[in-house]
Amino acid sequence: MIPVNYYIILSAVLFIMGMLGVLIRRNLLIVFMSIELMLNAANLAFVAFSRMYLNLNGQIFVFFIMTVAAAEVAVGLALIVAIFRSKQSIDVDQMNNLKG
Amino acid sequence: MPVELIVFILLALTAIGTALGMLVSRHAVYAALFLVLNFATVAIMYLLLDAPFVALSQVTVYAGAIMVLFLFVIMLLGAEQLPDEFKWRDLLPAIVLGLLLFAESVYLLFQKITLNTGLSSAAGEALTDPTLMAAKLFSDYLLPFEVTSILLLVAMVGAIVLTKQEKKA
Repeated sequence: MIPVNYYIILSAVLFIMGMLGVLIRRNLLIVFMSIELMLNAANLAFVAFSRMYLNLNGQIFVFFIMTVAAAEVAVGLALIVAIFRSKQSIDVDQMNNLKG
Repeated sequence: MPVELIVFILLALTAIGTALGMLVSRHAVYAALFLVLNFATVAIMYLLLDAPFVALSQVTVYAGAIMVLFLFVIMLLGAEQLPDEFKWRDLLPAIVLGLLLFAESVYLLFQKITLNTGLSSAAGEALTDPTLMAAKLFSDYLLPFEVTSILLLVAMVGAIVLTKQEKKA
C-alpha cells in the first residue's frame, strides 16, 4: 500500500500552488480558484488521515468543508460581479480605494 | 512496483500538472477547465483512499456545481484576460516566499510525522459503507449538520442581495 506520507506531501504541494496563485495572479477569478485549490488540498489531507486511522470523522469534515466552499463560492462570485459592475475590471491591483 | 503505486504517481503528476496549468494560464476559462481536471484527479485519489462517497460528492459538488458557477461568471463578465497579467519583476518576491513556505512545510512534515508505515490494507466496511457515515452524520454531527443548512441559506440570500441591481431613483 501507498504510505500516507505521499498523500500528505501531495496535499502540501497543491496547497502551496494555491497559495502561489493567490500571490502572483492579478485576475480576481483565478485568485478565487486558487483558494478552492487550497481547500481541496486540505480535503485530501483529511481523507488521507481518515484512511490512516480507519476513522470516519475525517470524511465527515470533508463534507463540511465542501459546504463551506460552496457557500464561499456563491458569496464570493456575487462580490466579484458587484465589483466588476462598479469598476469594470477584476484586476486586484486596481482595488485600492475604500469608497466605491 | 505495485499497480496502486503507479496509479498514484500518475494521478499525482496529473494533479500537480493541472494545478500548474491553472497557475500559469492567461485565459480564465482554461484555468477553470484545468481546475476541473484537478478536482477529478483528486476524486480518483479519494477512491484509492477508500472514500467512494466523498469522491462522488467531490465530482458533483466541486467539479460539477462550483466550477459551473465559475464558468458562468467568467462568461457573464467577459473579463477572461487581463493585459500584462504577469509582471515578472513583481512576481519574484511572491515566488521566493512560496518556495520558502514549501520547503518549510515539507521539512516540518518529514520532521513531525514519521508515518512511513503503509496504509493497512484491511479497510473493510468501516470506511466505504455510506450508511455508517450517515449514522455518524445524523448522530454525533447533527448540530454542525443543521448549522450548515443555515450557512447555505445565508449564502444564498447574500448572493442575491449582493448582485441585485439597485433601482436608480
